[in-house]
Amino acid sequence: MTMSNLQKVLNSGAFVVTGELGPPKSAEREKIEHHGHLLGGVVDAVNLTDNQTAIVRTSSIACGKILVDMDIDPVIQITCRDRNRIAIQSDVLGAVALGIKNILCLQGDHANFGNEPAAKNVNDLDSMNLIRSLKNMRDEQVFIGGEKLEAPIDIFIGAVENPFADPFEYRAYRLAKKVEAGVDFIQTQAIFDMDRFERWMAKVRELGIHKKVPILAGVIPIKSLGAARYMKNNVSGMIVPDEIIDRIKAAENKKEEGVKLCVEMIKHLKTIEGVAGVHLMAVAWEEIVPEIVERAGLLPRPKFD
Amino acid sequence: MIVGERKPLQEIIKAVEPFEKILVLGCGECVTVCMAGGDKEAKETALAISVARKRAGKPVEVKSHTIERQCEFEYLEAGRKLIEDADVIVSLACGVGVQTMNMHYEDMRTLPGINTTFMGMPFQQGVWVENCLGCGNCVLEETMGICPIARCSKSMLNGPCGGSQDGKCEVSKETDCGWHLIVERLMKFDKLSALEEVKPPKDWSTSHSGGPRKMIREDVKL
Repeated sequence: MTMSNLQKVLNSGAFVVTGELGPPKSAEREKIEHHGHLLGGVVDAVNLTDNQTAIVRTSSIACGKILVDMDIDPVIQITCRDRNRIAIQSDVLGAVALGIKNILCLQGDHANFGNEPAAKNVNDLDSMNLIRSLKNMRDEQVFIGGEKLEAPIDIFIGAVENPFADPFEYRAYRLAKKVEAGVDFIQTQAIFDMDRFERWMAKVRELGIHKKVPILAGVIPIKSLGAARYMKNNVSGMIVPDEIIDRIKAAENKKEEGVKLCVEMIKHLKTIEGVAGVHLMAVAWEEIVPEIVERAGLLPRPKFD
Repeated sequence: MIVGERKPLQEIIKAVEPFEKILVLGCGECVTVCMAGGDKEAKETALAISVARKRAGKPVEVKSHTIERQCEFEYLEAGRKLIEDADVIVSLACGVGVQTMNMHYEDMRTLPGINTTFMGMPFQQGVWVENCLGCGNCVLEETMGICPIARCSKSMLNGPCGGSQDGKCEVSKETDCGWHLIVERLMKFDKLSALEEVKPPKDWSTSHSGGPRKMIREDVKL
């Protein structure tokens, strides 16, 4: 089985950097390619969001195929919100057939956040049993319903965890459950409350989870005061402390302050035991990614044959 | 109980526009308890239709009546004379009652006067909450008596999701996160380890996903 670039970098022990690309509300291939060019070479793999915040966008798998064509390693996000188990398993087979290997399992924001609030929320599976189901497809060659796949598939299964959701005391245990379900790597929700993240990581280490699965810590560069406030007030499951808002507010050059803050956070995360890398979500600000990765001292990225 | 909410009066008034003799039919069961479709609401609705039609210059005869239980054939005979005397029935029963009426009086039109909202309970005076989806395969024993199917917005079997904050669901700050309640209750009974096992995908075939459901019990059939 061939490894994805993400797997190779993880296996090498290098500090991993993944990026994120938000597909457009259009079928403009050139837009996806443009963002691909910005991210390719400065990150190890690129997440393609699956109709993030329940807003209709180009399919994550279609975008993933475009990145495969550009020799960039995609991480396809799959939510449980829009598809039942028939569609999800079918899409996983399709993604693998298109050369995609990394698949990230998410529950998905509720449809009432997005631009189709009248949609039916499917949620046939949940993110946990989606992980287990994909593992069974790969390791046992079996579909959820029990029938066998006609040939093996090779996938690298990711999932998310949110240290900023509640009940806080349960969050590290829930991560352990995802490991039990069969996940291969974890990306976290974006971190702004470093103190809380460190408390969560302490519990993760206490349970020994960091030794079983690589954890990529989520970071978002703040582009403006408005963006910081929006994340604080409107994005579910996110905590943006007032100190962060105040720091951006006080800065003369807000974009530069956002970059500085992000670089500081990455450098700090690198020192935390059990953090295997960062997941840089600069959606709608993809052009800043090379500068952040450079200033964080993470260039050049490891290359493999 | 089945909880309902009366449709907006304008919607009811518009629906009965073509008719001259209208009967508003309340139900004495769940919808009486949830103050949506009992005798009192039937009288109020009849009066509202009557006033609206008079104002519109098209006065009409509107009566009201309440049947003890609209969801069973045997109770529907009680109002036969009044029912057959009308051009149209506005039923304030739940969707089950409206359909039972249409089946039983198949030559009549029975229109819905309430929106059936959910199976639930009066949580406080004036507040009703949904707590069962009738999925046909109860898991309450595993979740400390709190239903993850009905009370989690995403019907997760392995919650809570990352949108749970301060005990509230990401969908609304007015909605408790069902999984937060489950976790809290498990901790209270020192049973959090019950969540360690990954619950497999749910068999939805026992729910409405399996098609309209029918239950046959040979032991009680006549």
